Amino acid sequence: MKSSTKKTIDVASRQGSDGGFYSDTVKEHFFHPHNFMEDEVGYKADGQGMVGSPACGDVMRVWIKVDPKTKKIKDCRWKTFGCASAIAATSMMSDMVIEKGGLTLEKARQIRPQDIMERLGGLPARKIHCSVLGDKALRAAINDYYRKTGQVDKIEIEQGRIIDKVLKITDHDIEEAVLEGADTLEKVQAKTKVGTGDPACIPEVEQLIRFYKEKYCEK
Amino acid sequence: MKNQKNIYLDNAAATPLDPRVLKAMLPFFDKTYANPSSLHSPGQAANKAVMQARKSIASILNGHADEIIFTSGGTESDNLAIRGVLEAAVPKLGWDGSTQVPHVVTTAIEHHAVLEPLMYLQKIGAIKLTIIKPKKDGVVSVQDVLDAIKHNTVLVSIMYANNEIGTIQPIAEIGKVLLRWRKENNTALPYFHSDACQAAGYLDLNVEKLHVDLLTLNAGKIYGPKGVGLLFVRRGTKLAPITRGGGQERGLRSGTENTPGIVGMAKALELVQKDREKESKRLSLLRNRLIDGLLRLPKSRLNGDADQRLPNNVNISFLDIEGEAAMLYLDAKGIACSTGSACASSSLDPSHVILALGMSYEAAHGSLRFTFGKSTTKSDVDYVVSVMPGIVEMLRKISPVTLDMSRF
Ligand code: FES
Repeated sequence: MKSSTKKTIDVASRQGSDGGFYSDTVKEHFFHPHNFMEDEVGYKADGQGMVGSPACGDVMRVWIKVDPKTKKIKDCRWKTFGCASAIAATSMMSDMVIEKGGLTLEKARQIRPQDIMERLGGLPARKIHCSVLGDKALRAAINDYYRKTGQVDKIEIEQGRIIDKVLKITDHDIEEAVLEGADTLEKVQAKTKVGTGDPACIPEVEQLIRFYKEKYCEK
Repeated sequence: MKNQKNIYLDNAAATPLDPRVLKAMLPFFDKTYANPSSLHSPGQAANKAVMQARKSIASILNGHADEIIFTSGGTESDNLAIRGVLEAAVPKLGWDGSTQVPHVVTTAIEHHAVLEPLMYLQKIGAIKLTIIKPKKDGVVSVQDVLDAIKHNTVLVSIMYANNEIGTIQPIAEIGKVLLRWRKENNTALPYFHSDACQAAGYLDLNVEKLHVDLLTLNAGKIYGPKGVGLLFVRRGTKLAPITRGGGQERGLRSGTENTPGIVGMAKALELVQKDREKESKRLSLLRNRLIDGLLRLPKSRLNGDADQRLPNNVNISFLDIEGEAAMLYLDAKGIACSTGSACASSSLDPSHVILALGMSYEAAHGSLRFTFGKSTTKSDVDYVVSVMPGIVEMLRKISPVTLDMSRF
């Protein structure tokens, strides 16, 4: 992962914000979300991506249309299962991707959660994790586009997140196990041993299995 | 966003102060302000007010004035009951690792104020803990409790009514079987503690009928002031203090008495208990009306039993939507409620209560709790029923998840 050169913004002052929980921009996007996917069936996407946050169980899905000549994203649609920040963050991200004629795929890939957060006027400290999903789903969609158009060399795989702290098993390991057909906790454990040393992570593992199952069984 | 409506349906979280309670409290802030422990006349005037409050509460509980220990609220009372009983039981049970570790029985749907201290004590090896799962309807089985009792069980702690799903636990029956068990085994233990914070406005608090040794109450949930509560401690119950100091409250809870708070708590309890039957009848009709109205929406489910339930509690899960988002959309329409969604909790864990019913994470995520109070009317309920479909539809439209009902 490239580190952003822009300074990260301070989302919460030491004394905490004194106004409402969410900024007006967050509320605006939450109550009137932009660019969400209304008609999935009739939409011809060039790439789509889906990510889930095992932290709280939210899920995001992003669809993009790409101009093959300019490599710019012409349209970006999304669906989000999550709280107000998650919904607002995806909505804002979709705006950022398509505004001013659309970002190139390479520019779009560089969108960071901090950028989204800055545009949202900040997020409450315990909601920051919600903003990291939108851009992840977008990058998954970009990878999907490259995969579909045969530009496999351009696909960038992201690092995993450690789920089992003892055996250092990441969400990617679980994803792979599910891809290989392990669709129950027992089967995933047979492959990965996840949770045997760190039983506290089992509820999260179960949730991940459900999530990946949905992701792959639909296709 | 301007709210035309202002419908407060979060009375399990906090209630407005009853003006009559406020009026009773006011003189004790600036007129009768002396320390009730002082022997001078102003001090004795304050002491008299505290004594009167104690007596009035004791008579509602059908207990003795010296069985009431005032605290700073439900959380402190629960902690005092747990730590106090265990610490007092130490010498007998050899809580020094030499002999048996004391055993405690509780349920998976208790308030954090009970579960957290118990889980901590278990973690440090100070107790052995049995956590009983309720049945799918959110009610604990009396037999399950009895089956969990061992010879080193010192405490059973089971809430009277649940704060999230409103289910009422068979406290009187559990109390009875525990009494019998103690008699048969010729022992004073285990003690029986119940957190009755949510029950106080609607259920009978007669400790002789409930057969409890310890009972937690607080004022903030019954139109009294926040920051005041009490622990009923039956005579003869061995309890050690967890707050030491000047020896107030029979040495069990030191600290200058909160005179206005205590007076307010007594007044609040008196008022809700006087009206509780009438109010229960009125609210159960509204409760059923809201449940019926909301369950008409597709992919919805009531959490907790429909009948063994507080008259003011409705808790419903909507699949495919996230509760915090739904709650905020309702808020924008002027309705205040709460949710068991992970997103709304600071730990990012979904409601342990809904999970304990054997429901899925997704069901906990999409849960909304509406808790009524004195001001709740039929038109409030009808308003919620009228705006909910639009909100659920909107959030389902932007949700990438479509689960089938088996996910409940
Ligand atoms: S989506 Fe769960 S906290 Fe934001």
